[in-house]
Amino acid sequence: MNANWSLSNLTERINMSSVFVEQLMWVAVGLIGVVTFISLLALVLVYAERKICAHIQCRLGPMRVGWHGILQTLADGIKLFLKEDIIPDEADRLLYFLAPFFCLVATLLSLLVIPLSPQVQIIDVNIGVIYLGAVSGFGILGVIMAGWGSNNKWSALGAMRAGAQMVSYEISTTLSLLVIVLFVGSLQLSEIVLSQQEGWWIWRAHGVGVLAFILLLISSVAELNRTPFDLAEGESELTAGFHTEYSGVRFSFFFLAEFINMFILAAMMSTFFLGGWMPFHIGQLTAFNAAMDLIPPAIWFIGKTSVMIFVFMWIRWTFPRLRVDQLMKLEWQVLMPLGFVNLFLAAIVVLTNFYFFA
Amino acid sequence: MLNDNTDPIELKTLQDQFNLGQKGLSGNDTQEFFVNMGPQHPSTHGVLRLVLKMDGENVKKVIPVLGYIHRGIEKMSEYIGARQIVPLTDRMDYLSAMSNNWGISRAVELAMGVETNSRIETIRTLMAELQRMQSHMLWWGVLGLDLGAVTTFFYGFRDREFLTELMEKTTGSRLTMNYIQPGGLMFDIHEDFVKDVKAFLKYFKPKLEEYEILLSGNVILQNRLRGVGVLSSDDALSFSCTGPTLRASGVPLDLRKTEKYGVYDQVEFDVPVGEVGDCWDRYWVRLEEIKQSMHIIEQLIDDIPEGKFTTLKPAKKLKIPAGTTYSQVETPRGSLGTFIQGDGTAIPYRLHFRTPNFNNLWAITKLGPGGKLADLVATLSTLDLVIPDIDR
Repeated sequence: MNANWSLSNLTERINMSSVFVEQLMWVAVGLIGVVTFISLLALVLVYAERKICAHIQCRLGPMRVGWHGILQTLADGIKLFLKEDIIPDEADRLLYFLAPFFCLVATLLSLLVIPLSPQVQIIDVNIGVIYLGAVSGFGILGVIMAGWGSNNKWSALGAMRAGAQMVSYEISTTLSLLVIVLFVGSLQLSEIVLSQQEGWWIWRAHGVGVLAFILLLISSVAELNRTPFDLAEGESELTAGFHTEYSGVRFSFFFLAEFINMFILAAMMSTFFLGGWMPFHIGQLTAFNAAMDLIPPAIWFIGKTSVMIFVFMWIRWTFPRLRVDQLMKLEWQVLMPLGFVNLFLAAIVVLTNFYFFA
Repeated sequence: MLNDNTDPIELKTLQDQFNLGQKGLSGNDTQEFFVNMGPQHPSTHGVLRLVLKMDGENVKKVIPVLGYIHRGIEKMSEYIGARQIVPLTDRMDYLSAMSNNWGISRAVELAMGVETNSRIETIRTLMAELQRMQSHMLWWGVLGLDLGAVTTFFYGFRDREFLTELMEKTTGSRLTMNYIQPGGLMFDIHEDFVKDVKAFLKYFKPKLEEYEILLSGNVILQNRLRGVGVLSSDDALSFSCTGPTLRASGVPLDLRKTEKYGVYDQVEFDVPVGEVGDCWDRYWVRLEEIKQSMHIIEQLIDDIPEGKFTTLKPAKKLKIPAGTTYSQVETPRGSLGTFIQGDGTAIPYRLHFRTPNFNNLWAITKLGPGGKLADLVATLSTLDLVIPDIDR
């Protein structure tokens, strides 16, 4: 937003002073920013995942490239980009080529609406929650296209699993997000963050929030295709599931999308339940609250998101995988009914104005 | 992958075998299809190839295809002396080299009528039990890996490493030990052996509890294993399964109790027996066997008798008298039978190994169909197959 001055100068100079061009430029700057951001983010996340999983597994993880292996992900990234891009002879080329882009674009589009701090939010859509739900469907499409387009039976099995799984768990995700929407009365993500000035929804929403948070945690892991719900990849069953046939850059797109998705879901959880960039406040303790306010909002946001990311990684490296029918049973017979009951209770809480704080 | 390029003869055979139409339509709305699991697949633990007939996620038929790692060990054995056969047996079931060495050594000893002393037998028993624990640890780790819990793999390997190093000190190698020889042992035990084993027992007891905390009590694991791949005792016997696979189905057959070998008659241990024969029972039986092996080692480690470590001179030619001998020992995976036929020369006329994995494998043709693909993986994993042992 502060960058507007340079953009407007530019538009004046090239004699196209329409608002449209200005907005277009703004989106372009935003996209470039997002691309840089996700590249860096992926490097950090991959490194964190490797280190965390290594320490859970009694190993050290990458140690050789750079200090404590800090450049390992960079080296791996370069390796992926230099690798030969192998396309199966019998692949459906259009689907095969498009699939990784779909996955990546879905994550890019989701990232646009996440409020990273009060100043940094690319677009503040007024139907942010619906937008997030719609855009994440894009990623599912990418996975299914990859599985089908590869013309490999294992990939097709993985894609079928992924499709069924992600579509099903989208329901619980939405149901738990709707709880917060009910409390806030707005679908705009910045509004949702601002509404948590008095207290974070996880405890201010009076039990309902905790349940919704747990539901969202479970269904996020499922949407991310991470253990215990990594059936779409299911290394020991489907070799690598939908991306079996991908290599090099195309594979790295899936890889990137997976990690950025993890960040997005963690960011969503912190935005909806943990107050986003809001500092931690305790009731009337003004001194404490003032001290908390000193920490910049971006740090708060990153801190909360990192905790959630750590939880995702922790779950991944300690659980075995569910079977496909157990996975479906869990969603349709447990999580979804719970989600509906929870939404109903939330409606009652909202109607009766029954809050802990304020 | 069975597709248009598939060898027509193979395709025809498969179609005949399964009454499959030209396009594989089962008459329902779904189309059944074949998929090759292996020879390169993460959870077949080697070069086992399973041709699966699938209906979506449901496995309809499992056909094991063997021969990808056939080295002709039995045929090679007809050209070399007994001492040279021992290192070949290391390569059969590479996770239980000790028991394999013991199998051939015992057969040769029985054929030649060689007596061993109690020191040799005690060390053999100790080594075999250590190896049993080592093998089960690896199996436990790999089971977790097959079910998607990668961390167990590293836990299993971490503890196995302790044992591998311990045995390396004595035998000089980590996997293919070549230690138990006809008439005795290759070397005497390392001077640190007793100390190391005691240190290991002390180290491993809390780790075993860690295993239970990390995996056994996990609700996902229980759901994945309980009631899955039920092998009834009748089926287990008719498939000629042995070892923990058989015992999990409720048949208390353990060669350590029934065959007179080693010093198993001097120690106390239980034979864990399952009730249902499902994957969980096989899991439980193997974990119990680790505990029983620890119990056996505890009883033996304090007083290893004095004596020579071999009763035959290393240069002595092992002439196998005419006639046939059959000996069997209990490896971590079941009964390893060694049939040896001599003709009075130093080279056996015929040698045959009845390996446990070969028979245990075929249980999958019964257990696989009717379940999901993930169940097949869990069942394969709990059968604890080592593929080079199947092909020899």
